[in-house]
Amino acid sequence: MTDQEILAGLAEIIDEIAGVPADEVTPDKNFVEDLDIDSLSMVEIAVAAQDKFGVEIPDEQLKDLKTVQDVVNFVSKNS
Amino acid sequence: MSGSRILAFGGYQPDRVVTNDDLARTVDTDDGWIRARVGIESRRVAAPEETVADMAEAAGAKALAASGLPPASIDLVVVATCTPDVPIPNVAAQVAHRLGVVAPAAYDLNAACAGFCYALAAASDSVRAGSARHALVIGAEKMTAWLDWSDRSTCIIFADGAGAAVVGPARDGEPSGIGPVVWGSAGDQAERITITGDTHAIRQDGQAVFRWATTALHPVALEACTRAGITPADVSAFVPHQANLRIIEAIARKLGIPRERMADDIVHAGNTSSASIPLALSRMAEQGRLQPGTPALLLGFGAGLSYAAQVITLP
Repeated sequence: MTDQEILAGLAEIIDEIAGVPADEVTPDKNFVEDLDIDSLSMVEIAVAAQDKFGVEIPDEQLKDLKTVQDVVNFVSKNS
Repeated sequence: MSGSRILAFGGYQPDRVVTNDDLARTVDTDDGWIRARVGIESRRVAAPEETVADMAEAAGAKALAASGLPPASIDLVVVATCTPDVPIPNVAAQVAHRLGVVAPAAYDLNAACAGFCYALAAASDSVRAGSARHALVIGAEKMTAWLDWSDRSTCIIFADGAGAAVVGPARDGEPSGIGPVVWGSAGDQAERITITGDTHAIRQDGQAVFRWATTALHPVALEACTRAGITPADVSAFVPHQANLRIIEAIARKLGIPRERMADDIVHAGNTSSASIPLALSRMAEQGRLQPGTPALLLGFGAGLSYAAQVITLP
């Protein structure tokens, strides 16, 4: 899977769970500060990402994933 | 084996209303944050002298009255609670005595927030097996007796109350109105929600519980539907434990159950652990929001971790 594909998949998830339009989900965006996504939504996004990409994002890793690019990198590295 | 059914519900809440603004005066939180994270606007808190047995009695009396049965016809009383006033005597025998139920089998059951569904399963099986004729099943909690009011992650969530159901044999020729229970536990995650001897206060790993609840439970609910011979689309009401609005909305979404069929009693009742499901059902019954004769899906889950689900036919 390319980073571009992961980003597109992630944007779909974020749209569905947090109602953030997919075109606003760009690599540099910070989940909390830019996209107004809280820690519980992050858990839902992590669970959906696991279903979609087959990569588990444990809670202890999740707190370090601050931006969209961080998640893309994590999924890319662990898939 | 003969069937069982629920005849009536009853609920009780303490008088004192505590709003989010009230809590914001003593801990660092605010109304918007609480509504967004847990979906609670206000909750009820028992008076200092008000006991779990008092609340259980009030809910049980209402359920008995609504069933039309005399107390003498009850021969089993099960109280689901994780916050009994004292270790012994149990709550069930005291409540039975106060309600005029003479010499019933009476015991308390602790499966925390899954307790009501466990107790309903135990009572239903007792009726079906012939070891009881009519059972009074109560969930009652004084969660606020076990709160650290300076812990803003828990004191905003938990509350007090009680709910009850009367269980009896199915009518002749009618199928059982309490479906097979799908229940279990995950003791490997026991430390996620605890009240320990040193703090006497409930602590929970909210994020881990949220992840568990939004991933492990919809298959349990689905299995309960399958075993009852229906699909989630057939249920007229989905009444999950009122843990956190975000959790139960996520579970409903995964089951494909429309939001308007989901109980959202938590908004004004808070999380009352084992009391939340029968409390929600009794309020919905009072408001005419339950359709008699249709299936409702119950799902209890919480500390243990423990869980149980069953489909009931609404009285």
